[in-house]
Amino acid sequence: MSDIQIVDAPPGVEGAGFFATSLDKAVGLARSYSLWPLPFATSCCGIEFMATMASHYDLSRFGAERLSFSPRQADLLMVMGTISKKMAPVLRQVYLQMAEPRWVMAVGACASSGGIFDTYSVLQGIDEVIPVDVYVPGCPPRPEAIIDGFINIQKLVQTESLRRRDSPEYQKLLSQYGIL
Amino acid sequence: MGKITNEELLQKLKLQFGENVSNVTESYGLLTVDTTREQIIDLLNWLYNEPVLQFTYLTDITAVHYPELQGKEMAVVYHVHSLVNNIRIRVKVFLAEGDINIPTATTIWNGANWMERETYDFFGVNFTGHADLRRILNVDDMTVFPMRKEFPLEDPNRVDKKDYFFGR
Repeated sequence: MSDIQIVDAPPGVEGAGFFATSLDKAVGLARSYSLWPLPFATSCCGIEFMATMASHYDLSRFGAERLSFSPRQADLLMVMGTISKKMAPVLRQVYLQMAEPRWVMAVGACASSGGIFDTYSVLQGIDEVIPVDVYVPGCPPRPEAIIDGFINIQKLVQTESLRRRDSPEYQKLLSQYGIL
Repeated sequence: MGKITNEELLQKLKLQFGENVSNVTESYGLLTVDTTREQIIDLLNWLYNEPVLQFTYLTDITAVHYPELQGKEMAVVYHVHSLVNNIRIRVKVFLAEGDINIPTATTIWNGANWMERETYDFFGVNFTGHADLRRILNVDDMTVFPMRKEFPLEDPNRVDKKDYFFGR
């Protein structure tokens, strides 16, 4: 056997010549291994992310081959770096322009909480303007940490029900942010 | 053209403005003088147009907040540079808390426009006669002048640094 790793099939019913699983799981599997990130990199974490994309760490291994610098067709908004209060409306606009299903990852201390910049001009965490799925700690996080966050996003995507975005909880969450 | 010393420069200033130039200091070789709100534009104009000095380059306009100085709470600071003689001078105008108005220097330098907008943005100095005095760096809906010392530097929305998280 070669040591090439192949993604396992989702849990399901197996028999001779057939395999049955739920649509949720099949779609989740497909989505999670073809996430298209939209990197919103404003500072040092963005540099760290460049290392994550480069050959040594190679984010493409996880199916994130196409990094979209436009909200069109992007699934995952990766916010990397300090977001000032002046940048917040821009970030929010980018988020609103992304189509569902969409996920958000806050990379590093600044995007998660404002970091060391506890000051009047800096947004104290992007969760003040958009909902966040995964926070990556670190200042800056190593590429391994960014990849770990990415894998966590993949787990979320795999286990998400297809109807989650229509659920009242999700609608309530978005309405808290004044979206919808 | 020979280099002009601070003494000569000060002598010329004193000759021209006499008592309106006060509190002369020379920190690190940079001549610093104070003047009044009524005189500042005349003084800058004179520095600009004096045929020998030619202070044609406005380096910076900013302000300093001194909450402890009674009646001199806000200092507006002008740095001008003479490219011809390679000398600098710093001019300060002290203003009282309740009346932070000063005539605009855009009448002399167009470059003063953004510097004054920045000074207004951070210190709330009102430059009378400025064509477009609005914030330039901070968000437009900000209600405070963040570089004044009565304003807390920390963002008030942050809760994760409260004492009870640390058993204090």
